[in-house]
Amino acid sequence: MAAELVRGQNHPLSRARIEIRISADVPVVAGATLADDSGRVPGADRVAHPGAPTLPGLEVSRQAAAEHRLAVDLDAMPETVHRLSVLIALPATADGPPRFGAVRAPRAAVTGLDGAEIAGYTLTGLDAESAVIALELYRRQGAWKVRAVGQGYAGGLTALFTDQGVPQAAELARGIEEAVAQGLARSVPARTTDTDRTRRTAASVAGSDLSGAASAAGPEPAGTAPAAGPSYDPRAAGVGSVRPAPADGSVRPAPADGSVRPTPADELGGTQPASGAGPSVSDGPGIAEAATSPAGGPVDYTHPKRRQASPPPAPGAPGPGAPAPVADGPAPPVAGDAVGWSMDERLYNQVWGMFEDLARSTAAYRSAVDFAESRLEKELDQVLSDPRSRLGSAGDAAREAARARQAELVDQARAVLDRDLAQLIAESEVVEPALPPAYAGWDNPVWHGYRVPTESPMAVRLGDLRLPESTPLRIPMLIRLPLERGLWIDSGSLDGTGSDTGELRHLAMRTAVALAARLLAVHPVGEFGVEVVDPAGAGASALTPLTGTGALAEPPATGAAGVAAVLGRLTERVDLVQMALRGGAPDALPPGLDTSRRLLIVNDFPHGFDDRAVTQLRYLADEGPDVGVHLLLVADREDAAAYGPLLDPLWRSLMRLTPAPDDHLADPWVGHAWTYEPCLVPDGSQVLQQVLTQVVTARTKRM
Amino acid sequence: MTKGQAISLEKQDGGSLSAVRMGLGWKAAPRRGLFGSRTREIDLDASAVLFADKQPVDVVFFRHLVSDDGSVRHTGDNLVGGAGQGGDDEAIVVDLARVPVHIDQIIFTVNSFTGQTFQEVQNAFCRLVDETNGQELARYTLDGGGEYTAQIMAKVHRSGSGWTMTALGVPARGRTFQDLVPTILPVL
Repeated sequence: MAAELVRGQNHPLSRARIEIRISADVPVVAGATLADDSGRVPGADRVAHPGAPTLPGLEVSRQAAAEHRLAVDLDAMPETVHRLSVLIALPATADGPPRFGAVRAPRAAVTGLDGAEIAGYTLTGLDAESAVIALELYRRQGAWKVRAVGQGYAGGLTALFTDQGVPQAAELARGIEEAVAQGLARSVPARTTDTDRTRRTAASVAGSDLSGAASAAGPEPAGTAPAAGPSYDPRAAGVGSVRPAPADGSVRPAPADGSVRPTPADELGGTQPASGAGPSVSDGPGIAEAATSPAGGPVDYTHPKRRQASPPPAPGAPGPGAPAPVADGPAPPVAGDAVGWSMDERLYNQVWGMFEDLARSTAAYRSAVDFAESRLEKELDQVLSDPRSRLGSAGDAAREAARARQAELVDQARAVLDRDLAQLIAESEVVEPALPPAYAGWDNPVWHGYRVPTESPMAVRLGDLRLPESTPLRIPMLIRLPLERGLWIDSGSLDGTGSDTGELRHLAMRTAVALAARLLAVHPVGEFGVEVVDPAGAGASALTPLTGTGALAEPPATGAAGVAAVLGRLTERVDLVQMALRGGAPDALPPGLDTSRRLLIVNDFPHGFDDRAVTQLRYLADEGPDVGVHLLLVADREDAAAYGPLLDPLWRSLMRLTPAPDDHLADPWVGHAWTYEPCLVPDGSQVLQQVLTQVVTARTKRM
Repeated sequence: MTKGQAISLEKQDGGSLSAVRMGLGWKAAPRRGLFGSRTREIDLDASAVLFADKQPVDVVFFRHLVSDDGSVRHTGDNLVGGAGQGGDDEAIVVDLARVPVHIDQIIFTVNSFTGQTFQEVQNAFCRLVDETNGQELARYTLDGGGEYTAQIMAKVHRSGSGWTMTALGVPARGRTFQDLVPTILPVL
């Protein structure tokens, strides 16, 4: 039974007298090297090639040919031979292909003397190589086995022989070339040349497929018909002439290419030279492409239809509207290049993908730098502990070398990080402008074309994240809605010195207002409301955008009484909704109850809060998010120090944000400390007022 | 591919493989008896240990599915095995271009978490695939491998500007990769 080997696979050989058959589309040189037990070929006399075709137990052809039969008698092999490598090379002729990537994958098979195949191997995946070790036969515990190798060499036979340890590899390779050149005059031509075959089948396919489409059938479908017999009509001729081809394994990818091509061409509308661009109809883009990328080339794994924009346009006749061919290297980033059901979801996933990539790229950089540091320390220690290096310049040189090694590694790591950053920055540059209002910064023009949405967004931007290494790149911090945790904007001073507390408190409140305004703006009319508790009235100026536009249903509650009233109302609401949901009767809620989501902004906590109010607030923080009541606390933890550890669970349950850049947020993958920066409205911008005015107008229209 | 054999992952035209996948597959334990759920499942685990200068730096296994740098990803733990017909039941994908510069070796290991030796496991194999085109580079058969519960499969290491894979096939014993570290160190 014949075994079809994959690269690296082996197969036992039960017979000693075998043949190795090689078939290719173009004339190739076949040979073999005999290696000893150390895997080395001791000399040129252990290489069988056209110039020296016979060795004990082995005979190869004298000339280049498309078909080879190498006779091998394993019993006649000298004892010292442990491995026989079968090699194939492209002769260096002017008209021949220079590399295996340009021809159909050659095939090597081990057969019995009767021609029955024992094991076969098709050498796929070759590209720039011009010489390749196809198979090797080797001794394993007294028996012979065959292994598929497929190791190619772009450097040709010289590189191959050098790798095998043959002395004077270059001379030997040159000798083979000369022997081949002499023999080439009487060489057996390949059955047909590759280009001819492709052109013919591709033309017939195109002709048949397009035969129904106006004149696209081409001027001479009859010219292709004889391949399959004149009695077929053009459509059948196309099928008939393609079918037998795969049977002998000669034209595999071509039919797929050819038959698929006309469809995208039709869809693209205009790349087809029916518009008169091409010199002859039968030489349309599909065919031209098939002819330039030969049938036997590497198998193309890309989906033939998925990327219609990608296939290179026909040479000389680029279709109108066909995009420029993508250059080597990573494709330019595109906004929304992620999975998802909607553009919002795709952008959300893309932003999180960028976040993860940045986290991981930085982790790679940091770990490489750490490793370089620790290696440097170790090496310096070694230098110190080595008595020989204490005196003289040897120690200095060793220290210098260690430092150089460290610097080199750090440079390499930095280069990789810079490459990744450049890619991410390019992506950020296309993603940021494409973000919808919920994800966009306040300086994004999307806010100027703001319209009250009809659907709730899936996430909202809380701010920007960055790492010290990542400047100037910032990643939008997108959090899923509805918020699962309350938010706490820390108005306490970051360095603990207590400087500028008044300024910080104001900034914290501005952050809170910008966030509240964003949430109001990105929800449909009537689905989101904001309530404010500002016991001492300290946030009045920062609250102006909300109060001035009438975006708040009620003015900010002040004083202890106000706090108690608002908290009491929300507590009751949470309680009622919870009861209704648990009882499975959400429609049994009192008719007056507003079921829209609520954001409660509490400024200057715990001023104006008594114990009862604190307890209510904790209840809201715990139970509120599930029933649509969210908390936004603006507070300095120091102010609540009198409560001791009692409030620790409350602080922990809230997501801490800061009004000024601060590195306190950790990513979920690596745990870097990210610097958070809130989304603030640019100074002097009226965007908040404009947006909130629109929200209020939409609200009044609805009522 | 046999023990000790090395394959250059660099193509001769200078371009190198950008991603390789180590796939592990085995046949689930046959169900027998009335209480089918009581058969002892076979749980093999694939792990990859990243070394820098012979020091383990990071590891990718069923509890840490992605290396910190994101270059090595485990597709997830399979606790029972599959049909045993050649499909990968667990796989580790290495994005060679993203491997941090100081990592010079990546060791792939297989452990029997449930303790069966490879003699008891059917159709177990381990293979290395060029992830970009699905081409198989090397394949290893595990079953019938003797009284071992672990094997150090292969190492992918830097050579020049590219990467080389060397098949190791060193048998070992252990439940997770931690038990293998003493066995790994000599092969680095």
